[in-house]
Amino acid sequence: MRVLAAMSGGVDSAVAAARAVDAGHRVTGVHLALSRTPAAMRSGSRGCCSREDADDARRVADLLDIPFYVWDVSERFQSDVVDDFVAEYAAGRTPNPCIRCNERIKFAAVLDRALALGFDAVVTGHYARRLDTTAGPELHRAVDSAKDQSYVLAVLRPEQLAHAMFPLGGTPKSEVRAEAAQRGLAVAAKPDSHDICFVADGDTRGFLRRALGDRPGRFVDESGATVGTHDGSYGFTVGQRRGLRLGTPAADGEARYVLDIEPVSRTVTVGRRESLASRVVDADAPVWCTAEPPPTFPAHVQLRAHGEPLPASVAVDGQRLTARLERPAYGVAAGQTLVVYERTRVVGSATVVVPAGRAAATVPPSSR
Amino acid sequence: MPATAHYLDHAATTPMLPEAVAAVTAALAETGNPSSLHASGRRARRQVEESREQTAACLGARPAEVVLTSGGTEADNLAVKGLYWSRQGSDPRRRRILVSAVEHHAVLDPAAWLQAHDGAQVELLPVDSDGRLRVDALADAIARDPHDVALVSCMWANNEVGALQPVADVVALAHEHGIPVHSDAVQAVNTVPVDFGASGLDAMTVTGHKIGGPVGSGALLVRRELPLVPLLHGGGQERDLRSGTLDVASVRGLAVAIACAGEHRAALSEHLRSLRDDMEARVVDSVADVRVNARLDRLPGTSHLTFAGCDGDALLMLLDARGVECSTGSACSAGVPQPSHVLLAMGRDERAAAGSLRVSLGRTSTAADTDAFVAAIVPAVERARAAGLAAARP
Repeated sequence: MRVLAAMSGGVDSAVAAARAVDAGHRVTGVHLALSRTPAAMRSGSRGCCSREDADDARRVADLLDIPFYVWDVSERFQSDVVDDFVAEYAAGRTPNPCIRCNERIKFAAVLDRALALGFDAVVTGHYARRLDTTAGPELHRAVDSAKDQSYVLAVLRPEQLAHAMFPLGGTPKSEVRAEAAQRGLAVAAKPDSHDICFVADGDTRGFLRRALGDRPGRFVDESGATVGTHDGSYGFTVGQRRGLRLGTPAADGEARYVLDIEPVSRTVTVGRRESLASRVVDADAPVWCTAEPPPTFPAHVQLRAHGEPLPASVAVDGQRLTARLERPAYGVAAGQTLVVYERTRVVGSATVVVPAGRAAATVPPSSR
Repeated sequence: MPATAHYLDHAATTPMLPEAVAAVTAALAETGNPSSLHASGRRARRQVEESREQTAACLGARPAEVVLTSGGTEADNLAVKGLYWSRQGSDPRRRRILVSAVEHHAVLDPAAWLQAHDGAQVELLPVDSDGRLRVDALADAIARDPHDVALVSCMWANNEVGALQPVADVVALAHEHGIPVHSDAVQAVNTVPVDFGASGLDAMTVTGHKIGGPVGSGALLVRRELPLVPLLHGGGQERDLRSGTLDVASVRGLAVAIACAGEHRAALSEHLRSLRDDMEARVVDSVADVRVNARLDRLPGTSHLTFAGCDGDALLMLLDARGVECSTGSACSAGVPQPSHVLLAMGRDERAAAGSLRVSLGRTSTAADTDAFVAAIVPAVERARAAGLAAARP
């Protein structure tokens, strides 16, 4: 097959590309430029967006003796990932930009372009497995559960999954590093990237403040009483405990958590941890990786990239998915991606709307 | 990848002449610093000076006017910064730098640097839709205040689209007011008669690797009486204008390449023009919506084509996969293609600028190469147009 290897300059995508070459595919390496004016050198925990990273990717491609190009996806990345991230926070939701990037850039804009240019598939260094069955390709968790990235790929539809290759899903990360070293790839010892790639210094709150400016508002407790002020509700996520800097301590002396964010009135509701518990989670716009599931079925749901899978009964009604959890989840936030698993298989995903289990406890905006 | 590539990127660099390879390798085997006074040094010095004389003779210059450099970029930097500092030093009013909007970055960027750090005012002079400097705009710019112009720089031939520039008109206008003129002639020397003395230019850049000499060789020709402030300080080897131990091998390679260029210029020019015109005619016949840029007056080996609805980088990739090697001709930032400042200056929009290719022919080009391009470009454009539509989908 003619395959396009997305090469970030990191060790994972390098080994994935090398394995695709070994498998006999005709591989072309592509580095996705997410900014038109990339920084010259890597900084902090970022591992994908500087010229140094592009150069690292090019060195690997040279070593593998494959053609290598840089594709400018900066405009799409800005509008579909960065602007979306800012808008979601401004609207009081908690987005996952890596999911957006997979959904709209890597397996949409890039895949579409690759197919149009005559490629058969896109190969990435994600830790997940694609297993082909008579029902079509299935997405499964990686064998290295600590590195498993199936969560951020759960937005892929069958036709996208059919053109995706994840050569690393069956290998532990430590072995991938060892293999990179054994292949003589200079990126073998490169540190893992984490944090959000477009937030250069890892300071998400500062990034949002630069994008959105000061939008001062109030902290209220569960009774609606004002307990402090803040510079912008976008600086908080549901479930957050640290860094609230409330003026007045809680009467019971217990730690307080962000329970709800109401962006129009800029009101952040805080309260006890128990108030964060949700037993029912509603989510919108489900996407199924393989076939559409039955209307109700037992499953596990996961609400964060490295969150715990929670046993649940899942009900689907058109564009609405409802998960009834066997034990409560804490700090479920609107905008999060709910991923449904059946054992290791990803059934699909949907976007969390206001968690139903908590809705009754929150004060309607008009009364604040 | 096919075993034999069709190399159609001679404006980026062209294969070294066998004569130049022989001269360079022979020189590499010798020991001697041209600045040394002993016999080895004298032998090296003789090689350098004979090369300088050969270079000067072929370009209509006097030997003392040849300042050897590490290539075109250094020569352009020396011309722009050296002239600015010198002219500004003798009259602080002289702060304006007038350059055509289609100059190479080796001219534009030093000028921009002087503006950002040293009080210069850079004026980019417009070009017409064929990429030729508008002489009327230069006349207006000078007339606004001839006394505050530090220098004018206008290339001999554009590196992207190949447009030949009205250097004689520029020199005539500037010299009315005693303003020195520099020209980057890097792309011209191979196929266009270039005579430094006859041109009236005050400074002119040449480089080895565009004409069959080694990369890393070049020169700035500078009129004897023109003061310049040096960039590199040290041993003062080149008229105190440029320091650094002279690279005998490079200097030999440059001289041999320039001499060969002079000898074969007319025949090569004719050969390339006929290959190119035939190739272009076939491309225009077989591909819809293609535009030939700078058609009016250009280098004989350059064909710059805009394919509506295509991404140039997609075309490059598809052609590369079929062993056809060309370029978009414009600069990259971390490999990210930037819209060409040359095409934008010629009045094209960003989309047209992004969908352009430069095919540049050279000494080793054959009809097999241009045939391969014609055969590959038709399906490549079809594919790239489909991919362009895919990428445009919301």
